[in-house]
Amino acid sequence: MIRSHVLICGGTGCTSSGSVALRDKLAEELKAKGLEEEIKIVMTGCFGLCALGPIMIVYPEGTFYSCVKVDDIPEIVEEHLLKGRIVDRLVYNDAAHGKGGEEEAAAASLSETQFYKKQKRVALRNCGVINPENIEEYIAMDGYFALAKVVQEMTPEEVIQTVLDSGLRGRGGGGFPTGRKWQFARASVSDKKYVVCNADEGDPGAFMDRSVLEGDPHALIEAMAIAAYAIGADEGWVYVRAEYPIAVRRLNIAIEDARKAGILGKNIFGSDFNFDLHIRLGAGAFVCGEETALLTSIEGNRGEPRPRPPFPAVKGLWGKPTIINNVETYANIPQIILKGAEWFSAMGTEKSKGTKVFALGGKITNTGLVEVPMGTTLREIVEDIGGGVPNGKKFKAAQTGGPSGGCIPASLIDVPIDYDNLIAIGSMMGSGGLIVMDEDTCMVDLAKFFLEFTVDESCGKCAPCRIGTVRMLEILNKICDGNGEMEDLDKLEELANYIKAGSLCGLGQTAPNPVLSTLRYFREEYVAHIKDKKCPAGVCKKLLNYVIDADKCKGCTLCSRVCPAGAISGKVKEPHVIDTAKCIKCGACMEKCKFGAISKK
Amino acid sequence: MKSVEELMAIKAKMQDKVAVRRGVTDMRIVVGMATCGIAAGARPVLNAFVEGVNAAGLTEKVTVTQTGCIGICQYEPVVEVHTPDGEKVTYVKMTAEKAAEIIEKHIKGGNVVTEYTIGAAK
Repeated sequence: MIRSHVLICGGTGCTSSGSVALRDKLAEELKAKGLEEEIKIVMTGCFGLCALGPIMIVYPEGTFYSCVKVDDIPEIVEEHLLKGRIVDRLVYNDAAHGKGGEEEAAAASLSETQFYKKQKRVALRNCGVINPENIEEYIAMDGYFALAKVVQEMTPEEVIQTVLDSGLRGRGGGGFPTGRKWQFARASVSDKKYVVCNADEGDPGAFMDRSVLEGDPHALIEAMAIAAYAIGADEGWVYVRAEYPIAVRRLNIAIEDARKAGILGKNIFGSDFNFDLHIRLGAGAFVCGEETALLTSIEGNRGEPRPRPPFPAVKGLWGKPTIINNVETYANIPQIILKGAEWFSAMGTEKSKGTKVFALGGKITNTGLVEVPMGTTLREIVEDIGGGVPNGKKFKAAQTGGPSGGCIPASLIDVPIDYDNLIAIGSMMGSGGLIVMDEDTCMVDLAKFFLEFTVDESCGKCAPCRIGTVRMLEILNKICDGNGEMEDLDKLEELANYIKAGSLCGLGQTAPNPVLSTLRYFREEYVAHIKDKKCPAGVCKKLLNYVIDADKCKGCTLCSRVCPAGAISGKVKEPHVIDTAKCIKCGACMEKCKFGAISKK
Repeated sequence: MKSVEELMAIKAKMQDKVAVRRGVTDMRIVVGMATCGIAAGARPVLNAFVEGVNAAGLTEKVTVTQTGCIGICQYEPVVEVHTPDGEKVTYVKMTAEKAAEIIEKHIKGGNVVTEYTIGAAK
């Protein structure tokens, strides 16, 4: 009989930090100790705390082990699983990872940690809880009951009304009310309709969709079937990037299992409703996350957007009415059906209901996925859940919405995050990437980074995006090289507004946002680059000089020996000097100096 | 899948298998599994409790877990039953047979099996 479950994270993060090897070693040790009949190993989806992977949870105690190594396994088996003594040194420790209270330093149980306590898991509810490759575990968590309820007890109109009443808005970027989209598609008259899932998560740093696909693939299948019933479709497509091999594999298994169980196919739950699902792999182009480009790509053509209207709800995949929603949006649907629109709309703010998953990254202690009610402030996410900025640095800004979004400066850290507040402060929700920056980040360089990304990813179909973004990037490069002029800032803004107004799709329309928002909040940094020829954060190489402080230099000669350009000279035990003409600004000398005598200025 | 009943059946079947992940419940049966406990035969006792709780369909309410040495090695195997009201009953010199009896009388019936408790052994 099974008395204990060991959950090991099988998400992409923990897989790359070695969770598969952990599982194999654990299985081997359990066998050696004769415990394989008593203790069950479950590979789950992502727990969210990816920075501390591989993660392992032991139930019934709920002990939360982090950064587990293969060599730790025999100790965990011998001490915890056999003798019941928790291996304290491996237990996740709040005090060591952020600012948890000391009294609960080793909060052994997962739900008690600072990272999880403030979260509200709706879309991610099963991630890290069930085995995603076992349909029965999903059913045990009330899976497919929403679909059964919909096809047996509700009319399509009632389903759409419930989604409308819940206030659910698209989680993939635009924030369009999901129920409205469904309403339009329902109203379109056609012999054939499609439901599509946008799992082409292209925003650098965002991985919540991958996490749902890997951790709870049946939730997506169930939600798409519900959507199909609501709009009158019988076929669905999931467009997922080929860079997500674990997600694709689990989704394939889930679809296959759902077919075997009769949940996909004909006469679902004894009704006359039929539905089946296909997967289309994307090649990873950012533009294919744009809905019309995505549909074009599913059809087998080059992924390029087309003008709207007609909107996909009228004329979508193969010219037929189509709804297209993002993975996280779908993941909310089954629970809205089961628990009711009021339950969902009780969470969040006036115009943004429910929860939102954010992928925390950048200069933050707890890198990972967090799900919080809409309206949570950035401060709560960064400081309480994220554990703050590491190494005692100061929080400078956070970028939301990736290359389409903008930055939130430290002065706005207490703004409740929802769709409308983010737009008002010049950013956007996007898919929920949240990159934290500290004082070492140069905002001009940041804007340049995102613009380089959109220049690379522009499909080239329309001129404002293809040419305009390149011209903007050239100006930014000029500024970072120290050749900028004040009128460049006006040119940047002018170009940005033309690109926003004239581009065909969302990629171009939002590409200037990082530049505009950094200009709005950090204009003085642009001015410093242009007028003073200085990079205040010490990032833009061409504006930096490495100098040796003669008072601190002991003349140990280490710097001159590591300098690859032979730019440092000086005698033993005498202060050294850097020849700025020869210096290639690699920073090797500063890294090696034991006396802190070298600095960037 | 033709009906909700089929779903319910699967859900019911799976309850025992996922209940353990809901965490520690009101009633806990803690088996001493240090070296002394294992040497005295705690493993079959632990297994008997796990099987008994499962067979009785009590996985939602009762957690079976192990702990280290309680410090009364001469009485091993030692089992402590923690009830929702904060009471603790300590059973000593346990066997699989006694475990079955405790499940029946104490866990299900609510009556402490006094003859196996540490008080009776002293």
